[in-house]
Amino acid sequence: MAPAAAVNAAARRVPVPAIYALGLVPLAVLVGRGVMGDLGVDPVKTIEHDLGLRALQFLLLGLCITPLRRLAGINLIRFRRALGLTAFLYVALHLAIWLLLDMQLRWVEIGADLVRRPYIVLGMAGFAVLVPLALTSTDSAVRRMGAAAWRRLHRLTYVAVLLGAAHYLVLVKAWPIEPILYALAAAGLVLLRLWPAARRRAAA
Amino acid sequence: MRMRWKNDLGWSAVTPQQDWLNRRQLMADAAGLAMLAGPAAARIPAAASRYSTDEPPNSLEDITRYNNFYEFGLDKGDPARNARLLTTDPWAVRIDGLVDRPGSYDLADLLKGTPMEERIYRLRCVEAWSMVIPWIGFELAHLLNRVGVQPGARFVAFETLLRPEEMPGQATRLLDWPYREGLRLDEAMHPLTILATGLYGEEMPKQNGAPIRLVVPWKYGFKSIKSIVRISLVAERPKTTWNMQAPREYGFYSNVNPQVDHPRWSQASERRIGGGLFAPRIATQMFNGYGEHVAGLYAGMDLAKDY
Repeated sequence: MAPAAAVNAAARRVPVPAIYALGLVPLAVLVGRGVMGDLGVDPVKTIEHDLGLRALQFLLLGLCITPLRRLAGINLIRFRRALGLTAFLYVALHLAIWLLLDMQLRWVEIGADLVRRPYIVLGMAGFAVLVPLALTSTDSAVRRMGAAAWRRLHRLTYVAVLLGAAHYLVLVKAWPIEPILYALAAAGLVLLRLWPAARRRAAA
Repeated sequence: MRMRWKNDLGWSAVTPQQDWLNRRQLMADAAGLAMLAGPAAARIPAAASRYSTDEPPNSLEDITRYNNFYEFGLDKGDPARNARLLTTDPWAVRIDGLVDRPGSYDLADLLKGTPMEERIYRLRCVEAWSMVIPWIGFELAHLLNRVGVQPGARFVAFETLLRPEEMPGQATRLLDWPYREGLRLDEAMHPLTILATGLYGEEMPKQNGAPIRLVVPWKYGFKSIKSIVRISLVAERPKTTWNMQAPREYGFYSNVNPQVDHPRWSQASERRIGGGLFAPRIATQMFNGYGEHVAGLYAGMDLAKDY
């Protein structure tokens, strides 16, 4: 059996809820570290950064599904919704921690940040873009909207992952390697999707 | 009716003094273990100072495990892990430029006969967090007066050690090494400006800038350059590392100022490290609360322009 077929056969035996459960493991680890008092000297920042990074990671994983099928013949499409919704969960928790524990609902400063700070604007825009996607991540929404319209709407995922990666890149001092790698991964995965579309249009 | 407070503890509930003292000893031992990155040393005799704040200092663990010292890595935990590689003895400081007695001074000679003080200062990082740190050190003015500042000198330039084989972060091009900082001469001569060689009564832990570092409490933390090997008295404003890296974001002065935001984030408030998950944010004070001592240095200047 070819490797791709073997992966596909194995993947068919994995129930979707298992992916949701796996998606919660990083959160459980974080909570566990909190209970053990193992979040370091600045626990708020540790939680905030961990949640944000997980969100970005799950978004990137979700974007890998289609290229994997097209380029390697590996079909994991059943799991994409679980990856997307898990990413949304981490984004929402990340935002909640920022509002509640970091900024502590200081609305004047939060309001000023929302207008003036590029990294906050980028992050908030990324969250806003993900909300309609999370709300339409049901079978009935796909039926109601029709597959074509649903797919068009869900192309916003590309916008969201680029916003998330940019949000990370502009909040650090200097140019450390990690946010650059995330930005390259996001840009690469988005380009991978745009490129065949452009080629199809050119051929038509 | 008002309830009267009633003490339901009796003398039988009191911890025997010996056990209580043992507990303090255990805590002291734990603190000593946390300092493994620095050499064990006897307590440094130091006088109290009227410049010390009475705010409670951060724990030794907070101070030694949360460091921005990019020479040892980007993560705030990296310096505590990597700084043990650093050789701090022997250590020489080159003092040059417009001084009467230039030269390469052995650290022990520099410190000989220098009266040490404990200065408990607030430290406000440009990243909008803060700590309270009980430094041991002496006024920079004391050293500058000893070496003799010549009339043409208007600025003081500082340099950190450049030794990539012991400072793994220097293998990256993240900053233009060696780390450089500078002060105007009047800022350098101000009694609040100290060279610190210890904290919490002990020798300076390596991750905090051993064996000798600058502390300028009314400026953002990155001005307080660590592990100094060179001090130059100069006529022109020296180049400084973060200012070279991003001049719009990090000014030469970099006085703590809640009204002048970092271009990418607000400086209006800060999180005091050590309070746990629910510690309230506190308002950032002009000049980090040292305005009564230093505001006069900047009379007539537009601090939004000279940030």
